[in-house]
Amino acid sequence: MAKAEFETPELTEFIEVPKLVEGTMEHITCFVAKPEHQEALGFPGEKVENWKEVAIDKMGDLLSRYRSFQVFLDSCVKCGACTDKCHYYLGTKDPKNMPVGRQDLLRKVYRRYFTFAGKYFPKLVGATDLTEEVIDDWYSYFHQCSQCRRCSVFCPYGIDTAEISMAAREILDSIGVGQKYCNEIIGKVHKIGNNLGLPGPAIEDTLEGLEEDVWEETDVAVKYPLDVKGVDILLVTPSADFFAEPHVDGLIGYGKVFHEAGVSWTLSTKASEAGNFGMFIGSYENMRRVSLRIREAALELGVKRIVFGECGHAWRIAYSFLNTLAGPFDFLDPDYPVPQHICEFTLNEIEQGTLEFDKSENDDMSITFHDSCNVARASRMGDKPGGQFEIPRKVIKAVVNNYHDMEWDTIHERTFCCGGGGGLLTDDLMEVRVKGAKPRMSAFKNVMEEKGVTHLAAICAICKSQFTKVFPYYGMDMFQIVSVHQLVSNAIVMNRKTPPEEAPGYGEDDDDE
Amino acid sequence: MSSVYALLFIVATLVLVLGLARKIVQYAKAPAPLKIPTTPAPVTQTGVVMRLFREVVLFESLFKSTKWTWIFSWMFHLGLFLVLARHVRYFIDPVWLPIALIQPFGKYAAFAMIAGLGGLLIRRIFVDRVRYISSPSDYLWLLLLLVIGMSGAMMTFVVHTDVVAVKQFFTGFWTFSGGDLPMDPILLVHLTLVAVLMILLPFSKLLHIPGVFFSPTRNQVDNPREKRHVVEWARKLEDS
Repeated sequence: MAKAEFETPELTEFIEVPKLVEGTMEHITCFVAKPEHQEALGFPGEKVENWKEVAIDKMGDLLSRYRSFQVFLDSCVKCGACTDKCHYYLGTKDPKNMPVGRQDLLRKVYRRYFTFAGKYFPKLVGATDLTEEVIDDWYSYFHQCSQCRRCSVFCPYGIDTAEISMAAREILDSIGVGQKYCNEIIGKVHKIGNNLGLPGPAIEDTLEGLEEDVWEETDVAVKYPLDVKGVDILLVTPSADFFAEPHVDGLIGYGKVFHEAGVSWTLSTKASEAGNFGMFIGSYENMRRVSLRIREAALELGVKRIVFGECGHAWRIAYSFLNTLAGPFDFLDPDYPVPQHICEFTLNEIEQGTLEFDKSENDDMSITFHDSCNVARASRMGDKPGGQFEIPRKVIKAVVNNYHDMEWDTIHERTFCCGGGGGLLTDDLMEVRVKGAKPRMSAFKNVMEEKGVTHLAAICAICKSQFTKVFPYYGMDMFQIVSVHQLVSNAIVMNRKTPPEEAPGYGEDDDDE
Repeated sequence: MSSVYALLFIVATLVLVLGLARKIVQYAKAPAPLKIPTTPAPVTQTGVVMRLFREVVLFESLFKSTKWTWIFSWMFHLGLFLVLARHVRYFIDPVWLPIALIQPFGKYAAFAMIAGLGGLLIRRIFVDRVRYISSPSDYLWLLLLLVIGMSGAMMTFVVHTDVVAVKQFFTGFWTFSGGDLPMDPILLVHLTLVAVLMILLPFSKLLHIPGVFFSPTRNQVDNPREKRHVVEWARKLEDS
């Protein structure tokens, strides 16, 4: 691993609120999108001449389209409730990483151009002109927000910095200063169908490989179908599940669960991505375009249900926005929620008794669960509020013997983001990611020391990738992060045996002997 | 001089009412295209009313956040509420029973209000994070409210003014019967600053008063899978 040019924060027993130190992170700039990345999304290729006017016009446009933006910009009383809640502030000490500090970068410009007080008494209310320096600050600090919404839990007016940072990124995109990581990826989805740019044949290849692996391991021919028409379930999962570790172990688990539940299912080339980075850049239009691929795939394949794999922000969009963006889904089976989370599906099968587990298969591990931010604070599972906390834990407890939660103020709605969400999962933001992971790492380390926990289970592709990368910075092993359905996969007892005539290679000559 | 104050309060009331109404209409008209309640969120409309009630009356989120800020701001707001309720007696005759009953509490609530404001001011000055985010206006609001509270408490407990005359002055507003305001300096300071507050409120961060009711993270029902939510401008994208 390349040695970083920054210091990894030291982990502490309690989450300490640091004294602020100005400017510790102002050197952070992630790569700017190239003209082709910008234009593919309908944004100007390069910074436009009249960027100032365009930016202010865009702000006005967003104010007219989003009540949240208006209310959040007006309502803040600077009470300070959010100032110690952001993992990036806790990890970097930079006051512009306090939620209100970040919002104020935009609010001071809003006040200057859109409010009476800011127009005539700018100094009094902290309003400033939109300058190059302000744009630079926006670019830097609005790409140090993972849109995890922790601040919105604690704000007395529910001000959500995620909304502000989405708006800021949309304004930046509109003047031609987009982020390479997000915009390049969204372009890939528009063109190919997934964030990684994996073409159909590559996915097919991977899935065949998985079928062989599972056959070798279990002597059961579990299918991982792609683009099969007329099946019951369309599974939409983050493309990282096709090859990244530990994501792929989760995908193996979904397949085993579907097999044992006896349902027919398929993946889709067109909808080979659950993630939707359109949300990260605040672009309704791009988010909608990406979502419509799922609708089209469901229609073309003639499925009855849509199930989503393990991914945090994808589940937010699926649960909260999909019906809005790509609905109505009246062509699907009305007996099931649209869409359904894989944990909802699995727990349902567990409760119906269709699945059998040997928990001892996971006895080499002691598990804790990381509530992914977007699942915890921006979605639900099941029919009761808080189901998003209970359902994954019930699934885990059904398949492992050793489970312990982390400290109460670092889980559920107070969970700390992994540090890599919201479009920050790129190497050019490694310093932000490592420092931002500090609160979560502290809580994990404590539960390791106090309860003997060995592994952190997650249901988010970004969390999994992020932890794989940042664990080593904190002296942990990258394999300590596991997928929830990897645990399911380990423990599930395969009772639906494959008859010999259906075994792979049946009837072929065996050349090995 | 009394007519100057009469005019001032007519203007202040108009600015406050029209300014707030304008902002409320603006918030109500602005679309909320996506379902963004901070979850876990209520799944019914009744649940949302309860959530907003807890937020507005008990400051639930602030309580979760920091106990000191919660104590000070709750003391201030509850004190202010009781003090304002008590002040209704200066505008109506006869005084309604609930307002009469609140009188003893309303008098002493002034101390809670002042203490709360003092705590908030100290916090703003001494906590480095809060100091960093404060503009001059943030301090001035606290000072303005403190002087209003202290001048009012002075008149209640130390240097009484001719309250009967004050009441005649304000009830005269409704009946256009006039009446003279006592020319006590403390009273004049108190009334001037109240008028300033009323005039500035619709242009300031005091917009958190209507804002909290319109905050989509607090006022939306968590039912996106069950009920499709589409606003007009988003519908147009579908038609194109």
